[in-house]
Amino acid sequence: MHWINFPLLLIMIYSGLRIYKAEDIYAFGILGWEWFSFFPDSFYESLDLNRRLARGLAFHFNFAWLFTINGIAYAIYTWRTGEWREIFPTRQHVKDMARDVTHTVLHDLHLRKDPPPTRGRYNEAQRFTYSLVLVLGALAILSGFAIFKPTQLGPLTWLLGGYTSARIIHFSVTIAFVLFFVVHILQVARSGWRNFMSMVTGYELQDRPAEDRESVDV
Amino acid sequence: MSEKPELTAEEYTRRVRRSLLVGGTASLAGFGGWRWIQEQAEVDNIPGILRDGHELNESIWQTLFREDHQARTFSRESASILRVNGRIGIRNEIDLDDWELEVFGPDGNQLGAHTLDDIKALPHYEMTVEHKCIEGWAQITNWGGARFSDFMALYTDQLPDDISDVYLETPDGRYYVSVDIETMRHDQTLLAYDNLGEPIDDRHGAPLRLATPLKYGIKQIKRIGQVHFLTDRGGDYWGERGYDWYAGL
Repeated sequence: MHWINFPLLLIMIYSGLRIYKAEDIYAFGILGWEWFSFFPDSFYESLDLNRRLARGLAFHFNFAWLFTINGIAYAIYTWRTGEWREIFPTRQHVKDMARDVTHTVLHDLHLRKDPPPTRGRYNEAQRFTYSLVLVLGALAILSGFAIFKPTQLGPLTWLLGGYTSARIIHFSVTIAFVLFFVVHILQVARSGWRNFMSMVTGYELQDRPAEDRESVDV
Repeated sequence: MSEKPELTAEEYTRRVRRSLLVGGTASLAGFGGWRWIQEQAEVDNIPGILRDGHELNESIWQTLFREDHQARTFSRESASILRVNGRIGIRNEIDLDDWELEVFGPDGNQLGAHTLDDIKALPHYEMTVEHKCIEGWAQITNWGGARFSDFMALYTDQLPDDISDVYLETPDGRYYVSVDIETMRHDQTLLAYDNLGEPIDDRHGAPLRLATPLKYGIKQIKRIGQVHFLTDRGGDYWGERGYDWYAGL
């Protein structure tokens, strides 16, 4: 279910960009000064995004269902297996979150030597990030439906602040996904081949502790 | 920390091999599926399977359609004159005094013709709604006109019961749409002649256009010349060019 997201999101983002190109009005600015607009022309040209709105919509509205179904399947799976406990922060986690996340980030940037505390499978920063990504996934689906059927799903669109606001949320979530993806890949690459294999197989290879080996020798 | 049992080296190798095999097969299957979509015969300019998907979506959302539910309306102060987008079908000049709305039945016979005064004689309704373009922009605007349902009532006696769609085209025949009868009969589907209280100008489809918050702008045809009541789906300019025929909101 984790891996299915990769091709699905690739298709969703690519077709989404073809849709966005038809009316590319969003820009990122602070204090009236525009930093950059989404996106430069060369970006559209290199990805063949020009004048492909109809095809973009066709892919987007069809694959959205697959993404939604996969998301629901994942939600049921984590709930049934109790795996959500490994992902979502507990109250204790929330209390220490600011400190521990900062610790992890500093550690990863080589500004701090001692490793961050880990309670369970994921460390604090991971818990925080993975929970956020799951929330983003749900938000992507909800805001997507809100702009897909803004009249029939009027209350949902209203909850998200109306049609225009829901579009901005949907767009921002996408950008957040891409940023997450970049960091996610970097982190996985950094943590090595064994960790990557554990993402594939579900098992992680660990060296046996030394005392174990001795006992075998005896 | 994982609760999973420890594995022997052999077992681990076996599992890695199996995972890679499964992963590899899945990747190949995914890639094959992608090629399969791309190589599909196109139906109205998009791969057939995606067209089927549009129709599946249509049946889901049409099931949820309720004629007594209304699209959100806004205060008139928040409305502005609609942005101009698209001139297909209204490029040539017409003499508004000569304009007539011609009405046809499903067999193609003309049932009647109307002047703008005939339409204005029907009960007048106003609505301030959010107009949405399939390209992504939206704008709150205000329409005034006659309900299509009131107009259709003029022909109740002459029409069979199984009218399912309405086809409308511009006087030059270059732009045309078909819309399902449920949407056409809805209270918020107007034959509009006013935008913010002023007569609709040429660029917005004078003298009479379709206005409904239930469909994207591509369905809200400007400068209607002909209305055909159909028992089956009719031609649709953008539907034939790769867009969703239903285009419902």
